[in-house]
Amino acid sequence: MERTALRRRLTWQVGTVTEIRQETATARTIVVDLPDWPGHLAGQHLDVRLTAPDGYRASRSYSIASAWSGQGIELTVEQVPDGEVSPYLVEVLKAGDPLEVRGPVGGWFVWKPEQPGPVQLIGGGSGIVPLMAMLRAHAAEGSTTPVRLLYSVRRPASVIYVDGLKELAASDDVDLTFVYTREAPPGEPRVGRIDADLLQEKAFAPDDELTTYVCGPTPFVEAVADLLVAGGHDPSRIRTERFGPTGGPR
Amino acid sequence: MTADVPTHLDGNAAAGKLREIFAVDLTAAIARCAGCGQTGVFAETRLYVDAPGMVARCASCDQVLLRVVTTPDDTYLDLRGLTYLKVPNA
Ligand SMILES: Cc1cc2nc3c(=O)[nH]c(=O)nc-3n(C[C@H](O)[C@H](O)[C@H](O)COP(=O)(O)OP(=O)(O)OC[C@H]3O[C@@H](n4cnc5c(N)ncnc54)[C@H](O)[C@@H]3O)c2cc1C
Ligand SMILES: [Zn+2]
Repeated sequence: MERTALRRRLTWQVGTVTEIRQETATARTIVVDLPDWPGHLAGQHLDVRLTAPDGYRASRSYSIASAWSGQGIELTVEQVPDGEVSPYLVEVLKAGDPLEVRGPVGGWFVWKPEQPGPVQLIGGGSGIVPLMAMLRAHAAEGSTTPVRLLYSVRRPASVIYVDGLKELAASDDVDLTFVYTREAPPGEPRVGRIDADLLQEKAFAPDDELTTYVCGPTPFVEAVADLLVAGGHDPSRIRTERFGPTGGPR
Repeated sequence: MTADVPTHLDGNAAAGKLREIFAVDLTAAIARCAGCGQTGVFAETRLYVDAPGMVARCASCDQVLLRVVTTPDDTYLDLRGLTYLKVPNA
């Protein structure tokens, strides 16, 4: 009986937006109350479905930004210019509105606290979202697993979760590096993309127990995964999640 | 998604669609390509969502592994590119 209850087909459920937080000029976090949410693992995503008055539907995937704490979930959406779904989520949706989702889904791009070995996180733009869920789960569990994050952004103003990240990086076990691709803050001389030298300097070296998670726009993920493999990392220890077809690091 | 250039996501992005049909998560399953014999995690296949429906291709030989097409009444699943999918029992 229990088995049947757990293993049921995934269906859409309607939650209620309880809060919205602006993260940057183009990204915001949406807090959703979902009474039937079964909980999730850090790194999982869900699908959001919008239905127009004429019945036209569009669905897109969004990573879950929060670690599961027993209630509610958070999503962070970066607006894609001329997009169908993200402009609605970033500009129109407001607290009190219903939001239709199904999930959680995805059992591969996840970090479990009991997993052995260090964790290398590499995110570009909104690719920080599932990595933030992993950092939050790491903190919530009081995990001492060493974690390093490389976060590629266009400029300081594009950093999502700036305060939260700095707070998490205050832990001895978490090491945070921002990589600015267009414009760096005062005192930070380096502007440019993640390259072999930067990985050498800031990322964990290949290790049997290391798991690397790379997330962001498709070209970003591809470039970083190629650099890691060229740098001697075992491809089977690199997990990737591509967010979309275009864009490059932002 | 309305991609202008043919490009891909990864098998992860099919998780919701597949969980609509299957009771277990297939993205973490091991898949064997019927074309080249390569085995790997389904989440690491190349996923094209700009085709009609959703198409997953083998990351090493590009053969179509799985195709899912949804019409208003039915969902078609074409799995002929896969020799097997290995799903943990737990
Ligand atoms: C597993 C998964 C998790 C994701 N998690 C998140 C998340 O946490 N936060 C988030 O903001 N997005 C996330 N995305 C991306 C998201 O699903 C949408 O693709 C994005 O919001 C754009 O949707 P849209 O309808 O606004 O644009 P569309 O109407 O689909 O596309 C409009 C134009 O933008 C281009 N485009 C589409 N997606 C992107 C993109 N991601 N980057 C740059 N250009 C793009 C298209 O090629 C097209 O030219 C995730 C994607 C996947 C597959
Ligand atoms: Zn193959």
